[in-house]
Formats: sequence, structure tokens, C-alpha cells
Amino acid sequence: MRAFSELYEELDTTTSTNLKVAAMVRYFRSTPPADAAWAAYILSGHRLKRFIGPVLMYRWLIEACGLPEWLVTESYAGVGDLAETIALLMEGVSSDATDPLQHRVAEHSLSAWIEDRLLPLRGEPEPQQRAAILGWWRTLPYRECFLVNKFLTGELRVGVSELLVTRALAEVLSMTRAEVTRRLMGEWQPSAQFWERLQRAEPAAQDPAAPYPFFLASPLEESPATLGPREHWLAEWKWDGIRSQLIRRRGLTFIWSRGEDLVSERFPEVVAAAATLPEGVVLDGELVAWREGAIRPFADLQQRIGRKKLSAAILQAVPVRFLAYDLLEQDYQDTRSLPLCERRARLEKLLSSASAVIGLSPTVDAKDWDALASLRTQSRARGVEGLMLKSLQSPYGTGRQRGVWWKWKIDPYSFDAVLLYAHPGHGRRSNLYTDYTFGVWNDGALVPVAKAYSGLSNEEISELDRWIRSHTLEKFGPSRAVEPTQVFELAYEGIAASKRHKSGIALRFPRILRRRPDKDASAADTLAALRAILAAHTNGVPPSAL
Amino acid sequence: MSSDSEHLVTVTANGLYCPPGGFYIDPWKPVQTAVITHAHGDHLRHGSAHYIVARPGAHIAKSRLGADQEVAPVDYGARVTLGATTVSLHPAGHILGSAQVRIEYAGQVWVVSGDYKRQEDPTCAGFEQLECDVFVSEATFALPVYRWPPAAQVVQEILGWWRSNRERGLASALFCYALGKSQRVLAELSAFTGEPVYVHGAVDSLVAAYRRAGIRMLPTLSIPNDRKTDFRGALILAPPSAAGTPWMRRFGEHASGFCSGWMRVRGDRRRRGYDRGFVISDHADWPALVRTCTATKARHILLTHGHSDSLTRYLNENGLSSSALKTDFGAQE
Repeated sequence: MRAFSELYEELDTTTSTNLKVAAMVRYFRSTPPADAAWAAYILSGHRLKRFIGPVLMYRWLIEACGLPEWLVTESYAGVGDLAETIALLMEGVSSDATDPLQHRVAEHSLSAWIEDRLLPLRGEPEPQQRAAILGWWRTLPYRECFLVNKFLTGELRVGVSELLVTRALAEVLSMTRAEVTRRLMGEWQPSAQFWERLQRAEPAAQDPAAPYPFFLASPLEESPATLGPREHWLAEWKWDGIRSQLIRRRGLTFIWSRGEDLVSERFPEVVAAAATLPEGVVLDGELVAWREGAIRPFADLQQRIGRKKLSAAILQAVPVRFLAYDLLEQDYQDTRSLPLCERRARLEKLLSSASAVIGLSPTVDAKDWDALASLRTQSRARGVEGLMLKSLQSPYGTGRQRGVWWKWKIDPYSFDAVLLYAHPGHGRRSNLYTDYTFGVWNDGALVPVAKAYSGLSNEEISELDRWIRSHTLEKFGPSRAVEPTQVFELAYEGIAASKRHKSGIALRFPRILRRRPDKDASAADTLAALRAILAAHTNGVPPSAL
Repeated sequence: MSSDSEHLVTVTANGLYCPPGGFYIDPWKPVQTAVITHAHGDHLRHGSAHYIVARPGAHIAKSRLGADQEVAPVDYGARVTLGATTVSLHPAGHILGSAQVRIEYAGQVWVVSGDYKRQEDPTCAGFEQLECDVFVSEATFALPVYRWPPAAQVVQEILGWWRSNRERGLASALFCYALGKSQRVLAELSAFTGEPVYVHGAVDSLVAAYRRAGIRMLPTLSIPNDRKTDFRGALILAPPSAAGTPWMRRFGEHASGFCSGWMRVRGDRRRRGYDRGFVISDHADWPALVRTCTATKARHILLTHGHSDSLTRYLNENGLSSSALKTDFGAQE
């Protein structure tokens, strides 16, 4: 694990994304396949399923370090990270740093550590787990001890985004980033075989469940007239649902959410309806709650996502529909490079005998931009978020490429941000984490952009408070840094340039519109997007025209 | 510690005071007589009439107080009568000229440690372990997570970091306290290289004072004001107050490092925004604090600044009577 821990050190001790990518490239090139696979897995944010709780580890630490419990508590409060506290305190207990045993233990490869040591402990009786883990604490050098604890607590954060890992892998594997992204999508098991498969330039669809990376739209900041002639663009409603990919291959159906979760089980009626689709078809679309010919609020859909077991009552109370708007694969052929008009024609033909559950997302027909803008004003009444504008000539790309797909939302003053810090409230709200700091992406890192105090119901606050307490990364006095995984949609009244804020922007009256459990952190907005809105605003474009 | 009359050191509005001696130790307000443990800003302040310092630190104290200010240098171990007390200064190992203050009066011995460390330091005399009745100890890093790696190892890390930055065409900006830490790093580095290092003006004058005291350090260069110097590959020593200021722009793209005991904790480093933290401290770590307090064989330990509460409780639980003493000394490093 020495090589991985050196990589960790390198990643942890620079803020330069180029240096981080270079360090990962060096590591991936020089490390055995199984280690490379595990490193890619961990660095891209996957975690080992936790099987030992922090409470238990904390108790073992008190038993092992020979310090009184209150002093361990003081130390933990000063450090703010359990894995690190253990490594720091056990360094005082562990055998001499020059002990050759220490170095031998640390020499085992990353994959050997995870596959032969950590994973087999799962399901072992507690005394065995305790003996093994205390043994590592006593023998591992500081950095390796820290990392093993991080694997155990499942919260290794090294300041690299999945995007950066993808950049490094693209360089190592001589592939495009899009190709790497596609190959890393979905669920995969890190192993030497996986790494070798990753390297081999095989076409997609070996795995019938493998999805394509989603193509994303950028927020439209200018007037649509700047996009050119209206007839070059296809307009659709922007649905307030779950962006999903519906895959029908070899008699099987898979539904992937935008957060790369396989959600097929949540939507049995869609899976059933997909059986009538031809084989070798992949659709891009939106899962929405649907009743009596109209979309229902997103909150309805959350009832379907939030549950472990779907009762018949829930299935009946919240019927869903898949609204298809793109065709990514037909007859097992990747159709993404075809122009949208061609894909749309094929899609319409394919769904001509549409079922009640899988339907076509209709185009919004308006002869010119003005007519479209006036239709757009009906968005709220229709329960949609605005309009999507897609160039009819556009291929289906990967990630977010500006210029061909736009989301023309009704409320431009809203964005998706990740919860970074939580602060306890005051007065009535004391002892509850009610004040939040949110961040957006900038150059692969999340930067704080807004503090928000309101917008959640009391129930939601309590639920979030519990989540915060169990997902704290570090404590700074009364404030906590939390795992950057929870996405919220925030609204705000105005935007201005600010020297006082690290992000360079200040938002007026930011508040929470809602929690977005369907999105993962990578789906949050970027600082660049906010700056663009700022620029448009500064140039005198009234908000209503955005 | 039954009554005040037995106290050789108490806390007053002006600072630590010795009633039978009629002097203050590191007072934070102007007083008649000030015995100084070392020349850091929170221990040596302007405005007192008389300053008593350990001889190796006299130059530095004068350079901080101004040339007009008289200071009375005293050799380590020399016994001086102050009021009704006999006072002597003993090496504290913190920085050049740092001293523990030993006070003897009516059969009682009190020792005020000032700031101290137990690690070897090529720039100053090593800590002298004294025995006493009451020991007044610092407690800056009094949590068991603070445990220093050997300085030689850390200096190798600094060297490796400098070299790898150089390979990438970057300057290395290393932030160290201007007095003590900077000179220690320059002296430790001189065991491994002879390359010159750029130093910030605040560091520069103190390096000169150390050189006058005969301390061997790497050759140093002042930072030219010509805005033309190419700093790629260079090592620059600057005080932490320079970090993030426009002054840093002249170095172009650079990596930043900070030398401090606080760097032992990862969150601390990340909060302060340095790329690298180097765990090198001029204070005692947890094991050294416990070891030193125990070895004084004192019947009572008084603890000042830092995590004094934790160490107080720990010592009491281990049979060493202890309490906290509230002072205005800082926990900066």
C-alpha cells in the first residue's frame, strides 16, 4: 500500500489539478492492474460497504491507546476526524517506527490489503475483527494506518473529483474522456480483470446493463434569438422528474438514473412496459409522476425513490411515466452520432404504438421565438421547469458541452449546490443544524457560494440534522464539514460580484427550494454557470428575459 | 498551595509577578523590572524600565526593543539577587537565548519554563532539566495527538519537497516564524545542502543576529526589489504573515509549505490553505510535556497557554498535583 499512500500524500498536498492528474497518471502507469482498479474505484468516490461502525472503532481506540476516555474525546474534538485521530494516537502506542515488521505490513499491495484483509473481515465475529484491526493499528506506519481507517470508515476524501480521475485514466489508457466515462459508468467490481477489460478497446454493450454517459444541457443566459433561426431548434418541456436511461437488451430491462444508480426496482411498471420495446434499444428520457394526463410534483416521485419496499398502495398512489426524448441505441447500434432530427424521427416511429407508461416527450411547437417565449410563461401552470432547446443537428454528446443543448428554465435564479458545512441554529433552533453552507463546482473542487437558512420544513430539518451528525467529516468548533454528497436546489433573488467571498459572487436571499436526493454531487452546478448569469445580469439583461 | 504568601509567582494585571523578588516575568504591560524567557513578541514587549535576559539572546532582544533600550545580559546558570530572591536563567531549548527562570526564596524553588522543547536544535542550547517545588510549564501542544517526528526526517521532507518543486519549475515558499524557526530550518538544512535560500526582510535581520552569535546556517539572499529575478526552483523563507499577500506575487507559480507543530493535524493545514505542512516545532510535544513535568519532581505544576486543561487533568489523574494559570501568552507557532 506504500505506493497508494504516496499517491494519497501527493494528491493531498497540492491544490493544482494538473499536478493531481499527473500524480494519478504516474501511479496508474506503474502499479499492478488490480491495484490500479482499486485505486480508480476509491479515487472516483466509491467506498467499501461499511461493516464496522465508528462507535465501535472509537471504543477499541480507547481500549488500545492506553489513554483515559476523556482525553481521547478531547483529542478527537481537536482533530475532528476519527481515522486521523486513531492514526495519531496509535503512533504513540505502536512499536518503534524502525521496526521491520511495520514496513513489511505496509508493503502489501493495495488490492491485497482490501481483498485479503479488509473485505474478509466483514461478517467475522467482533473479537476477530477487533484483533485484526488493533493489530494493524499497532504495526502500520502513520499514513497507512490513516488510510486503512479511512477505508474502514468509508470516507476517504482526497480532493479529486471523478472528472479528474477520468482525465488521468484517459491519458493512461489513450482514450477519450467520454470513452473512459462510459466504461466507468454503472456498477463495477474492481479487479485485475476489470482493469484489463478497461484497457481493451472493445465496443460497448458487452454488459447488457452498461449505460451511456448522459448528455447535459447548459443554462441559457442569453435571449434565444441569439441561437439563430427557430427552425434549427427542437423545443421540449423541461420535465421536473428523474433523468433516466431505459435500456432494453437481450430480454432484460435496466433503468439508470442520472446519479448512475440502477433504479429499475423502483419502477416495476416501467420495466414491465419496456418488455414491448424492440431488443437492443436505449432511450434517454425522464421518469415523472403522472396522473390523469398530467405531470405531478417532484415531491410525489420522491415517495417512490425513498422507499426500500414498494407497496401496492404506493404504486397506485404515485403512478409514473417514462417520457422519452432521445434514442441512443437501436438494433444494438450506437445511434448517438446521428443528428437529433434523425434520432427523433426514429424515436417517434419506435414509440408510435406507445404504451401508457412509456411515452414520447412531445415537442413544443411555436412558429418563432416570441411564440415560444409566450408558451414558456405557462411553464409553472404546466408543472414543468421551462423549456429545453436542442439543435436539430446535434449529436448526442457526453457531459456538458455548451452550444447545442440549452435549458431555458423559468426561474433562472435557481441552481443545484452541494451541502458542504452545517452550523447549529440559534434560539429555537439551537442544538439543531439548521444553517447550511453550499458549494458549486469550480475546477474539480467545490467552492462555497451560499449560506441558506430557510426553505426546509421542520421534518426535513430534523432528518437533515440526523444525516449531518452521522456524515460529519470534520468539526470546526460548533460547525461541521459534511460529506459533500447531498444536492439541494437553491433559489436566490439577485447576484452580484463580491470581493469578500472566495467564489467572487454574492447571492441575495439564497434559500433552499428542495433537497434533490435523485442527484449526486457531480450533478451540481458550476461556478462558471453562476458567473455567466452574473455577466448577463451585469450587462443589463433583465431577469425576466433570461 | 495553601496561601498566597507562599507563592513565588502570581498572575497580575501586568503579567506573571514574583512578590518577594519584585520583578515580572515576560510582562504584557510596562513594568519596572522584566525577566525575559525569550524574545518572541508575546513574551518580550516594549516599555519596561529594565530587562534581564540570557546572554545568548541579548542581541536579539536589543534588535527587537530598539538600540536605545538597555538590556542586562546574564549567563546561563549565574545567580542574581533580585529583591529577596535568588534568580538564575537556564536553557529552555526553544530558540537562541531562551531561558527557564529559576527563583529561589526561603527554601523554596520555583521554575518558570517559558516556551521550551526537548528536541535537539543546532541553533540553541538544549533544555536543562531542573528540579523544583513548583514548575510553571507551557502547554501549547498538550494533547496526545501532538508528537513530533525527528527533525532530521522533517528536514529531509522539506528538501525533497523543494527538489520536486524545482523539477516542476516551481518556487517553494516555506512559511516559518521569523525568529527561531526560520534559523533552525536554515541550520538543519545546512547538514544536507549548501544552496542559498531567499529570505523575507523580517527573517533576514534575525538571521544576521544568529550569524553574529556564531550559528551555522545556509547562505541566505535578500529578496531583490527589481521584479526581474527568476525564482523558479528557489526556496524562499517568509513569515506566515506574508502568506496570501501581494508581496508573494513576485515569486510566480509556487508551492507553499508551513513549518509548525500545528501541521500535525491535517484539518489544520487544509484550513490554513498550505499545500504542505511540515511538523517541526519549537515547543514540547505531549510526551515531552509529561516527561518534563514529571522529572521536575515538583509538588505542584502550574500550566499556562494552550491546551492547559487537558494536561492539568491528566497530571492530576496521574498523581501530579496541577492547576491552570491564566496568562496572555499566545499559542502561535
